Amino acid sequence: MAIITVDHLRKAYGEKVAVEDVSFSVEEGEVFGIVGRNGAGKTTTVECVAGLRTPTAGTVTVDADLKEQVGVQLQECSLPDKIRVGEALALYASFYSRPADWRALAVEAGLDLRAPFGKLSGGQRQRLSVALALVGSPRVAILDELTTGLDPQARRDTWDLVSRIRERGVTVLLVTHFMEEVERLCDRVAVISRGRVRAVDTPAGLVARAGGEQRLIFHTDDPVDGLRALPEVASVTRDGGEVTVTGTGDLLSAVAAVLPPSRTRGLRMERTTLDDAFLVLTGKEES
Amino acid sequence: MTKAFGKLAAVEARLFLREPMAVFFAIVLPVGLLLGLGTTIPGFRDADPSLGGQRFVDAPFTAMMVLLSVVTLGLSVLPGSLVIYRERGVLRRLSTTPVRPGALLAAQLVINVVVSVVATTLTLVLGRLVLGVPLPGSPWTFAVVFVLGSLTMLAIGLLLAAVAPNARVVQGVGSALMFPLLFLAGMWLPRPLMPEILRRISDFTPTGAFGQGLMDALGGHAPQPLHLAVLAGWALAAGLAAARLFRWE
Repeated sequence: MAIITVDHLRKAYGEKVAVEDVSFSVEEGEVFGIVGRNGAGKTTTVECVAGLRTPTAGTVTVDADLKEQVGVQLQECSLPDKIRVGEALALYASFYSRPADWRALAVEAGLDLRAPFGKLSGGQRQRLSVALALVGSPRVAILDELTTGLDPQARRDTWDLVSRIRERGVTVLLVTHFMEEVERLCDRVAVISRGRVRAVDTPAGLVARAGGEQRLIFHTDDPVDGLRALPEVASVTRDGGEVTVTGTGDLLSAVAAVLPPSRTRGLRMERTTLDDAFLVLTGKEES
Repeated sequence: MTKAFGKLAAVEARLFLREPMAVFFAIVLPVGLLLGLGTTIPGFRDADPSLGGQRFVDAPFTAMMVLLSVVTLGLSVLPGSLVIYRERGVLRRLSTTPVRPGALLAAQLVINVVVSVVATTLTLVLGRLVLGVPLPGSPWTFAVVFVLGSLTMLAIGLLLAAVAPNARVVQGVGSALMFPLLFLAGMWLPRPLMPEILRRISDFTPTGAFGQGLMDALGGHAPQPLHLAVLAGWALAAGLAAARLFRWE
């Protein structure tokens, strides 16, 4: 049973169409990603899910009380500089009928209760924002561009926090434009481009759709034409001493059986990344 | 929900106390000016025939200091914090919780009213103790004028917050309005000494009506119906316009 269903959502601001036609559904307990470039319509989509905006057409169904059971972390939402972490968490906890233990949340997010918001680093602010989204013990958490602008360490700390949300069984709707974030956190992803859904799949499924190809690149003096006969091999090209073999399945073992690794030098393997898949699925966009 | 509102108001009160500028201009400055100037400038404590025989520190100066506190809160403190809350998405963030963002607005109004009551009480009590300024002859009359004037200034503050696009504009417009309004209230030229035409204009401004009402109430007179009507009119007009124009994001 889907906890979030978005059906042919369209949202226009006057002449400007932010979301053309978006449909997807999110199962209870999954971490569902929405990826796309800036301006693709990701934020507008989740803001419609969160009830902050009214769709121009289409429907959004959330099988939970929007105010009580949906926790939201919004882009460009901050707190007064002088409010302390503990005050903000205690305050937001008081809004809900069944709040979580906010002190435990602060510990989990690695936050000092006495620190004023204005003195927090970017990563700490984001983790506080996530903690505030969780303080009402929500069934669904919506996290928008959680790690944009964070340094790699802060990004990892924030990811750890999100992984722990999943362990509580909270359904997470995550907006991002980082493929690494999608690979680390998401069970399934909707790829949005120019206000439309291009694909909904698992991260691995998206890679497979984009070809899912592997490439072996090495140097050898031996003949390589024999490799073409292997079922795993799609193509073999030779450029001087450098040979590139493309294919699928257990390509490395298949090639090694014919051409012993001792006869090759500088062997390396490349595979389609989620980044490649994303570019294939969204096409080239003027930006 | 009442628990949430209490918590919200308590946090807002703590945030107010952490803003030294707000505390200074709304509480310390008016009380300090009354005591500082009242004790050092000799003429202020002499009976003045041009003020109907009362001392300048009595009703005229005390009324202006009460007004200064309320006008500062209404034109600067309240709209300043509301616009920052909107700019920072605090109001928007609240709208995703079971608490309506209107609760934050209400909490802000409560804090501002409490602060103006504290500042006014300090002004009256310290003025009485240090300078012998008589307390209002009729506390109820004074309270009516004070509450009506505070509502008017806070409604104007809400209207400013409603129409100002950002914090810089609201601070700029607030101070640009503050000086003429304080002047018309009689801050630098007491109303009894104003030329007739200026006093006539002042009668119809929110601060002129508020200042004269406070002076009357402090001096033990009934406020003029005109001034009460002018205050009520401004409060209603600004309040309705603010309600129509206020944006949460």
